[in-house]
Amino acid sequence: MNHDERLARQKNIRNFSIIAHIDHGKSTLADRLLEKTETVSSREMKSQTLDSMDLERERGITIKLNAVQLSYTAKNGEVYTFHLIDTPGHVDFTYEVSRSLAACEGALLVVDAAQGIEAQTLANVYLALDNDLEILPIINKIDLPAADPDKVKKEIEDVIGLDASEAVHASAKAGIGIEEILEQIVEKVPAPTGDPQAPLKALIFDSHYDQYKGVIVNIRIVEGTVKPGDKIRMMATGKEFEVIETGVFTPNISMRDELSVGDVGFLSAAIKNVGDTRVGDTITNAKNPASEPLPGYRRLNPMVFCGLYPIDSSKYVDLREALEKLELNDSALEYEAETSQALGFGYRCGFLGLLHMEIIQERIEREFKIDLITTAPSVIYNVVTTDGKELKVDNPSMMPDAQKIDHVEEPYVKASIMVPNEYVGSVMELCQQKRGNFITMDYLDASRVNIIYELPLAEIVYDFFDQLKSGTKGYASFDYELIGYKTSKLVKMDILLNGEQVDALSFIVHRDFSYERGKAIVEKLRKLIPRQQFEVPVQAAIGQKIVARSTIKSIGKNVLAKCYGGDISRKRKLLEKQKEGKKRMKQVGSVEVPQEAFMAVLKMDED
Amino acid sequence: MRGMYIHIPFCHQICHYCDFNKVFFKNQPVDEYIESIGNELTIMANEGHSFEGLETVFLGGGTPTSLSEGQLDRLLEIIHQHVDVSALREFSTEANPDELTRGKLSVLKSGGVGRLSIGVQSFDEQLLKRIGRTHSADTPARVIQDAREIGFENISIDLIYGLPEQTVQQWEETLDKALALDLPHYSGYSLIVEPKTVFYNLMNKGKLPLPGEDIEAEMFSMLMDRMTKAGRRQYEISNFALPGNESIHNLIYWDNDEYAGIGAGAHGYLKGRRYANFGPLRKYMESMDTGARPVMESNEVTITEAMEEEMFLGLRKSEGVSLQSFKSKFGKSLTEEYGIVLAELSGKGLVSESEGSIKLTRKGIFRGNEVFQQFLK
Repeated sequence: MNHDERLARQKNIRNFSIIAHIDHGKSTLADRLLEKTETVSSREMKSQTLDSMDLERERGITIKLNAVQLSYTAKNGEVYTFHLIDTPGHVDFTYEVSRSLAACEGALLVVDAAQGIEAQTLANVYLALDNDLEILPIINKIDLPAADPDKVKKEIEDVIGLDASEAVHASAKAGIGIEEILEQIVEKVPAPTGDPQAPLKALIFDSHYDQYKGVIVNIRIVEGTVKPGDKIRMMATGKEFEVIETGVFTPNISMRDELSVGDVGFLSAAIKNVGDTRVGDTITNAKNPASEPLPGYRRLNPMVFCGLYPIDSSKYVDLREALEKLELNDSALEYEAETSQALGFGYRCGFLGLLHMEIIQERIEREFKIDLITTAPSVIYNVVTTDGKELKVDNPSMMPDAQKIDHVEEPYVKASIMVPNEYVGSVMELCQQKRGNFITMDYLDASRVNIIYELPLAEIVYDFFDQLKSGTKGYASFDYELIGYKTSKLVKMDILLNGEQVDALSFIVHRDFSYERGKAIVEKLRKLIPRQQFEVPVQAAIGQKIVARSTIKSIGKNVLAKCYGGDISRKRKLLEKQKEGKKRMKQVGSVEVPQEAFMAVLKMDED
Repeated sequence: MRGMYIHIPFCHQICHYCDFNKVFFKNQPVDEYIESIGNELTIMANEGHSFEGLETVFLGGGTPTSLSEGQLDRLLEIIHQHVDVSALREFSTEANPDELTRGKLSVLKSGGVGRLSIGVQSFDEQLLKRIGRTHSADTPARVIQDAREIGFENISIDLIYGLPEQTVQQWEETLDKALALDLPHYSGYSLIVEPKTVFYNLMNKGKLPLPGEDIEAEMFSMLMDRMTKAGRRQYEISNFALPGNESIHNLIYWDNDEYAGIGAGAHGYLKGRRYANFGPLRKYMESMDTGARPVMESNEVTITEAMEEEMFLGLRKSEGVSLQSFKSKFGKSLTEEYGIVLAELSGKGLVSESEGSIKLTRKGIFRGNEVFQQFLK
């Protein structure tokens, strides 16, 4: 392809992504766009084509990004190349969202015609505006009886300040408005600018590991071209590779001789580790490098930490292999070996957030078949000791003795909670209970409110989501961003089973709430830990001081005193089942502790 | 084979806790079924299983006494065609108190049945209703009187504790009334809520207020104490008898010896294989048309499994598992096979060795399942 051909092609490229709250119909809309452009025939269409991981389809969320090339013949007779770049719809992955938005010139803002804008949507719209994207509002689910498009349009105009007069009324499910959306993409989303003859600048917005090809890097070409045989350099890491393949997803892999300005596709270059291809980094040509990388790259830091231990200690090596494999695909995952007196050998892992943590746990259990014990999640505390040293503590059991601590700082977030106004009271009560500082409250319209609080991150990683959901009948939407560290009166609470401290059960708590929490957790543990051979005291202690106590009773009777006739195999099965149940428990000292107990601090306000 | 179990899967009333293979008597091919028992015995004999030297026959259910006198008579006649009843050490039947008429008692007696195991369950009127029993609290005494007059001496009753809302005091009253009958044998079982029962469904709806583990343990403890005090030795976890009146048939199970299981859904252990017959009546009866035994599944018991079973069955007996007989049965000493497990269990005070046998301690009896599990590989 010569320069003029490249420019001609570039003129008809449109790159966009879809911004939507969970359940507002993003995946369904993506499916319809693929169908309408005959990228995927409806016959071979699996519902939610873009969400390829089982877990994604089950949870209805996108975890890893996808980019698909679509070919669309517009009403003006010209053929356009669209790249639809999917974004994860969750707060844990904000940085990934911002990078994938940086690969676009436009975004479809999908808002549910009945529910209006949600906190997460708003956060992503701001990210899109930061990236100077052209935003096309779409009012979806227009066919629902409760649809109120005018109200939603007004909300878009009032809350975001976008012109919603040309917003498409659509129903992705019913196939309404799809053509209009495609036409608006042609008309309103700008063609990519950039010079195909300039040195290569390609933005990495995702990567995944393929066991045959190594890392496959999803890129958007901003300047220049790239083709197999080119020597490339990752500008942040400095690593160099030779390109083996270039191509696009249609959504199946299709090879291309080259990728030029505006193209969104992939390359492979025998890269062994996803860590070498960091999201947000710029790829350039090693022989003819760009002078400056693309802006906006930053290293992702985990915010939430927990210990992962195999229930069966002999699976320790398997767990390491599982983490290694997952890390290939997930550069945000961090782990290092740690030892717990109670749980033995395991790993302390860092995650972007709670969802990220749950996903990794679930994948280890499902894909690698390792039963895990997960300790309660923790944030990173800054501990300043009396001799002036500063420590970073991500594991409560590593907190120094109270007398050696001058003060402790903990991470705070700014949380934005959108909720119908009848739930304002319960949201504020919850935030207050979670040590929040009220900042402000805005009315979005006559019936909806945006409440802003500063909250300790540690309170959010406990059961905040669940409580928010139940306190607002599921109507609240929630988003947060880290705002820095603040000094708090925090203490370490230890748990003793049968007089022995169980390091994996220690947690950090605010002094003012410590008695209450201590009482709640010993009660919770008493219920969760089955009766043992002997009576087991459960104690919560701060330093040497016991603040709460409860007792697990000894087994009363566990013997089959039933007439089974001659059915011996039935007896055997019963015994085997009981024995199997025991295997799922961890022997801590002389006490058998089930998996759930280690997460007990998380769900303390149940019952 | 030392014993033979024959299953009669019919009931006039289904108890709320029962999960055995059973059907309502009404509209069932009862006569045909009785003939099928004969077919199974014939086929078994043709396959080379000998009934010679048989020590026990046990009629269980369901309820054998749901049969009419004529049907009972025919059943006994069939048994006599295959088995030398006069040579048996024990011929038992299970019985429902309100079905045990003098007529049926006479049929049983003349058919050679010598032992009755009566499903009394409780002497509390309210509890009996609650668990779906049709007899009343004073029926058993009358029936036992009749049985004794007709010549039955070897009589046992079954009792159940841990019933919904049952109190320790109610249980004690039941034990008083049971012991007042001065029977040579008693069985005391704890209620186990099994799937596919009325109780199971109630439990899932949260409508089955069971007394709980501690109360149940207290009841079990009371059962053992009262029985022992009355001279009824606890020869197995749930069974108590005057010396010499232990159930020989049940001991065959605990001794890990072989027995035939005859009838729909019956389980047996023959020539080193444990098997189960087809449960549904039609399937059971029709499967024999080709001259094959009505076996649904059958597994060879490996040496390892046989040793495991020797332990988890044998430890149920008060005499425990004899070191010597284990060695002669498996050619391997008990300590060689289970040394570590035994050391651990005796360290916890759950088993002990005496008179050349390994036995459960009193503490071990309460936690039998934990002990038994340890022998499973």
